[in-house]
Amino acid sequence: MDNGRALRSQLEAICGSEHVLTHPDALATYRSDGLAHYRETPLAAVLPATGDQVREVVACCFEAGVPWVARGSGTGLSGGALPVAEGVLIVLARLRRILAVSLEDASVVVEPGVTNIAVSRAVAPTHFYPPDPSSQIVCSIGGNIAENSGGAHCFKYGFTTNYVTSLEVVLSDGTVAELHRDAPGYDLLGAFVGSEGTLGVATKIELRVIPAPETVRTLLAFFEDSEAAGEAVTTIVSAGIVPAAIEMMDRLSIRAAEEATGAGYRLDAGAALIVELDGSEEECAIRFEQVRELCAQNGGRDIKVAADAAERDLIWKARKAAFAAMGRVAPAYFVQDGVIPRTRLPEALRRIDELAAEYRLQVANVFHAGDGNLHPLICYDAARSGEPERAEELANLILKACLDLGGSITGEHGVGVDKKGHMPAMFSERDLESFHRLRCAFDPHGLANPGKVMPTPRLCGEVPGPYREHPLERAGVASRM
Amino acid sequence: VPAGVSEFVQPQNGEATAAALASAAAEGRTARIRGGATKLGWGRAGQVPDVELSTASLNRIAEHNVGDLTAVVEAGVPLARAQAKFGAAGQMLALDPPLGRDRAATIGGVFASADSGPLRHRYGGPRDLIIGITVALSDGTVARAGGNVIKNVAGYDLAKLFTGSFGTLGAIISVNVRLHPRPPAFATAVGSSADPGRLGASARALAAAPLELDSLDIAWRGGRGGLLGRVSGAEPAPRANRVAALLRDQGLEGIDVIADDAELWARQRVGQRAREGALVRVAARPSALVNVLDAARACGATLVGRAALGTSYLELDPFAISPLRERLAGARAVVVLDGPEELRRAQDPWGEADERALELMRRVKGAFDPAGACNPGTFVGGI
Repeated sequence: MDNGRALRSQLEAICGSEHVLTHPDALATYRSDGLAHYRETPLAAVLPATGDQVREVVACCFEAGVPWVARGSGTGLSGGALPVAEGVLIVLARLRRILAVSLEDASVVVEPGVTNIAVSRAVAPTHFYPPDPSSQIVCSIGGNIAENSGGAHCFKYGFTTNYVTSLEVVLSDGTVAELHRDAPGYDLLGAFVGSEGTLGVATKIELRVIPAPETVRTLLAFFEDSEAAGEAVTTIVSAGIVPAAIEMMDRLSIRAAEEATGAGYRLDAGAALIVELDGSEEECAIRFEQVRELCAQNGGRDIKVAADAAERDLIWKARKAAFAAMGRVAPAYFVQDGVIPRTRLPEALRRIDELAAEYRLQVANVFHAGDGNLHPLICYDAARSGEPERAEELANLILKACLDLGGSITGEHGVGVDKKGHMPAMFSERDLESFHRLRCAFDPHGLANPGKVMPTPRLCGEVPGPYREHPLERAGVASRM
Repeated sequence: VPAGVSEFVQPQNGEATAAALASAAAEGRTARIRGGATKLGWGRAGQVPDVELSTASLNRIAEHNVGDLTAVVEAGVPLARAQAKFGAAGQMLALDPPLGRDRAATIGGVFASADSGPLRHRYGGPRDLIIGITVALSDGTVARAGGNVIKNVAGYDLAKLFTGSFGTLGAIISVNVRLHPRPPAFATAVGSSADPGRLGASARALAAAPLELDSLDIAWRGGRGGLLGRVSGAEPAPRANRVAALLRDQGLEGIDVIADDAELWARQRVGQRAREGALVRVAARPSALVNVLDAARACGATLVGRAALGTSYLELDPFAISPLRERLAGARAVVVLDGPEELRRAQDPWGEADERALELMRRVKGAFDPAGACNPGTFVGGI
């Protein structure tokens, strides 16, 4: 433990002893992120106050050969911020300064611990920051960078990666690199965003903000079943309309959300659709009428148009409460984050229904219907023997169904530890190898957030490497001129 | 066979492309990927490659998923052909770079060079529209990243890494892209001034207004500049009139609203290529547009650019490049895109890069192309 003691005193020298936690009680908060069933106690948790301190901490870990994990607000849903037992957890919660706001350049510069909502607040009311994960009140921009977070409005506006213009990053050897969107060279910025903390840690972040739309119009429509609602979504998008958000809830999630919020959702409906349009007055007015008609044509009834901001908030309140409200329906649930091509929605829902019946479990569906991002909530009761295991198996089969339909295992929650086992179902060994090449270029010693994203641990320099078939064997396939 | 190139290969598919690259690498030879040959003169004037690999046979639009607004397009497909196909379904790939001679620019070339046009204002560049990629590497590997859905965070974003990599990491075999509905109608409001300050202020006002412009461009030639704001939608005219009113309020002259505006935007794209001089791309803060215009005026340059994004394209006498670089020392990038070969030999067209970022780029290059076979010597820092 001498090495551990030496490391600890170095960390204390950098951050101050009150910001280095090693006692198990003090570390309890940091054992897991938003996916609480994965737990690990790190060697130490440190809470640096500046980017410089982060750099020194990382350099210190590099010298000691100790792995580290960066953590923002700990709201992640894939175990991406799960500590490693023999490593240091770098908690970025104290780096929460907004460093610069320039509406002229539509730019905000922040430290990684700043919350998502704080960025929009800093530029309101004229501008806003579009990526809006449901946890936006607490989740940090640093975490958003790591996960390439989306949100309800990303169908129209895009994801975190579309809004990051510059990053100052600390690499695992303790050096600092600046990555800019418009700098000549490889798009390292694009490679870094969404890399789940495995390429380094961002200490300064410049984001692009955009003018706030002058109008927002929201409607809520109820349907006989999810299939009819899905059909409505398809006709809306096929009509060339790009809503700011289209969210769907099924019978079970409507019930849970309505009981929790009393927002006025119809309990006898099989599905609810929230459609929100924003933009200029003229365009919104025309498009909104079209949306209303298309909903009605596809069997939508009791179409409710939000008359003001308060009514809109109420409609959204139920949607945003859906996850938490599931507690009323079941004691526990797994949430999945699979994606399917939107047109395959009816097939996906049928498959989920079949699987739920087969596994004798309830599955509630809440999803970003515009981009085909499903959030099935697989309900179970841990007190019933075998049920958690059955639920987990069902969750895995739902992901497999998403892949079978040409989709992805994760739309916004990230791979983390939770879904790394599914990576080989989505990517070939060669694809994974190419991922590893990037990882090794940034972090050859594998110290940054090890054990995440990739299904099996691999060391750099041990890349199984070039495939051995002699290239000339295949030369006959090419025509030479 | 182009001059100096000893071998010309036209692989029929991704595996064959990887095999051809691996074959070159194994023999210590260098390879360059050739699409429509409209941008081969970009970058450092490197050595002549030993092998040239044409993407001409990678010519399938493998998927156009109309209902999902996605497509999978092979590298050799001309962008114009892909747009015609998408357009027939009322859709588009929201990329409008200059297409070059015979409109020959290919999907592979556009993504490898990360080239874009006025639509970048609303839709972003190639890196914002790519959702997946298949590449061939110089060790014979064919690898995929991303997927075929617009929302996906599984695995590293190699699609962005290869976008703009100028063929130095490997060959792009196909790209998966997000499509957008093609707007039913467009209209553009224009205004002009001889005062860079006034143009800059107008651009800022327009960029901050909630008008949802498709494009916001600037043009400067012969001592005068114009601002162009384009809107689209079911009925774009009222909004175009609001753009015009805003330009008038800012004190611009010659205000007009043009419904049949395709020609205006074609002209903006033409300005992104050199006709006689050298073509320089400048990336600066949007608020520095006035400085860029002043520099253009001082250096006798013509300019077109994305007014709200800080990206400008200047055509000027090659001798004026050094003074331009000095004037724009604070800019993020001053890159000579297109110019005479002797110029690109005499000075690094990429300008200076952050040393630490450059070191990382060299490591990335080494990881993907350890043999150094892919288009060496042409990219940033001599990569």
